[in-house]
Amino acid sequence: MKEYPVLGKKDTRSGFGEGLLELGKSNPNVVALCADLTGSLKMNAFQDEFPDRFFQVGIAEANMMGLAAGMTIGGKIPFTGTFANFSTGRVYDQIRQSIAYSGKNVKICASHAGLTLGEDGATHQILEDVGMMKMLPHMTVINPCDFNQTKAATIAIADHEGPVYLRFGRPKVPIFIPEDQEFIIGKALMLNEGTDVTIIATGHLVWEALEAGKALAEKGISAEIINIHTIKPLDEDAIVRSAKKTGAVVVAEEHQVLGGLGGSVAQALSTHAPTPTEFVAVNDSFGESGTPAQLMEKYGLNAESIIAKAEKVISRKAIA
Amino acid sequence: MPDAGIQNFQRSFKHLPITRKRRSTFVSDISRVMSNTPELQSIASQVRRDIVRMVHGASSGHPGGSLGCTDFLVTLYFDTMNTKAPEFHMDGNGEDLFFLSNGHISPVWYSTLARKGFFPVAELATFRKIDTRLQGHPATEEGLPGIRVASGSLGQGLSVALGAAQTKKLNGDDSLVFTLHGDGELQEGQIWEAAMYAAHHKIDNIISTVDYNKQQIDGSTDEVMTLGDLRAKWEAFGWTVLEMDGHNIDAIKSTLAEAKGMTGQGKPIIILMTTDMGKGVDFMEGTHKWHGVAPNDEQLASALTQLEETLGDY
Ligand SMILES: Cc1ncc(C[n+]2csc(CCOP(=O)(O)OP(=O)(O)O)c2C)c(N)n1
Ligand SMILES: [Mg+2]
Repeated sequence: MKEYPVLGKKDTRSGFGEGLLELGKSNPNVVALCADLTGSLKMNAFQDEFPDRFFQVGIAEANMMGLAAGMTIGGKIPFTGTFANFSTGRVYDQIRQSIAYSGKNVKICASHAGLTLGEDGATHQILEDVGMMKMLPHMTVINPCDFNQTKAATIAIADHEGPVYLRFGRPKVPIFIPEDQEFIIGKALMLNEGTDVTIIATGHLVWEALEAGKALAEKGISAEIINIHTIKPLDEDAIVRSAKKTGAVVVAEEHQVLGGLGGSVAQALSTHAPTPTEFVAVNDSFGESGTPAQLMEKYGLNAESIIAKAEKVISRKAIA
Repeated sequence: MPDAGIQNFQRSFKHLPITRKRRSTFVSDISRVMSNTPELQSIASQVRRDIVRMVHGASSGHPGGSLGCTDFLVTLYFDTMNTKAPEFHMDGNGEDLFFLSNGHISPVWYSTLARKGFFPVAELATFRKIDTRLQGHPATEEGLPGIRVASGSLGQGLSVALGAAQTKKLNGDDSLVFTLHGDGELQEGQIWEAAMYAAHHKIDNIISTVDYNKQQIDGSTDEVMTLGDLRAKWEAFGWTVLEMDGHNIDAIKSTLAEAKGMTGQGKPIIILMTTDMGKGVDFMEGTHKWHGVAPNDEQLASALTQLEETLGDY
């Protein structure tokens, strides 16, 4: 197993905040909008430094999406900020018509995604956002895994022409991606080469996949670990290549099992290289209140679940 | 049950048939014979203790708006509304309904519901903890008695309440529907879609209230998104507008009674209720900073010295 030293612990939303601040300095066309959650989205630094390019819209997310679409006309690159639920489900048709269908260069930046939002509970813990966003034509969907990757992704999407959904989270999690790691939209990141099983992970589950890989190695199982940060467009080549090598796949994500990364991977595999696949995801339910760690355990989104699913899928391979 | 007096009092009126015509006289009868303001104040003091203890216990939650709406919710549940407490029926037929649209102030609602007898007060200790019925934001999924629809994503409660009010009319049910909204919440467009609908359809069995504390998350409403002349806005949308001081229980009682007296006249009613966010805990008062922050141990201790324990802590 390749070693990934922990470089510290920070929330991915802070990576977004720092990336946005850098963009403010490097790209005069970048503007930001927020719906009464400036602190939660870590947009204060941008707001303080570039008050003329920051727009407080109040608690009015639908209006924010329309405003952002309009600001692209004439060349601005708007970054909208609110919680993932209010960035997607709340404003789906506004995104669909005014942004995606109209091909507008809006960056929808969504914090507090998934169960790790914690105590606020299911009204705020969206687990369906990746599904909604990946279904929209023209939309790029990115779910980075740590502070450094989120910062790099934030900066990278400004140079990408077209709508992007950037999903990140609330809790402090280990930083393990090198600060200078280049972020290439649509390109899978090989974290560990292995031969027995492929673990494909996104977002907060990537660290858990590395932990699982270590435990599996101790049991003599060689896991190939791939970080998919760009869920759409999906790096099908990397996935198919690895599946052909290992013959067994586990997909891990902090999302509802229906419609997430797992569905995209299964679709790619069934088309190009049918392979036994298991899913670590929320099993068609809403979330609830609790600490992030309690919830990830209760809903089976951690290293232990990945290990169990890896062993299961390897046994399926033997039968197949 | 420390508030047995109030409950007995309410029970003694239960047999009275309440018709639309009679309700207004019925209410003013109550306010004449009933000087229960000290009792309501003592319940409110306990509810405020519950709020800060719950939020402290969960290390998360929303004390500011909860403390600001305590006097209102206590008066609503212990004086104004006719409910079947401690029984809870989802369909709410033949009883007044309440919808909390600003779901983040769940602590004040949960405490009021528990103190009213809908579920054990001991359960308040589970607020926001794993496997609880007392979710961070109100939910029906776990079956907590008293709650009829989930809220937390702002701006949705008025539409739901109007639907319920129309069902009451279709059912020939004379009871009323009450709602509460944050003032920041009024920035959501759906509120104004609902407002227009209510006047158009002459939904006159609803009494809404706005927690007019002039604060939201990022600052004052004036800094974040000016609300302008709220009275004029609601009037322009066809609503009857009343105003009240949200910390004067007599004023809350009489304004709600006045509002009840105005139901059945073809217009929806809204009360602009002036409140102080964080009311009752000096260091939380009048600022948005305690919108969604839990007190630490010392802050809790200081808060509790300011709030009398009247009904026994959970
Ligand atoms: C649709 C939606 N957008 C954003 C939020 C996040 N949020 C929760 S409370 C709040 C501020 C609400 O302000 P107000 O209604 O005035 O309540 P107060 O802060 O006074 O309690 C915001 C923005 C939300 N819950 N729902
Ligand atoms: Mg407010």
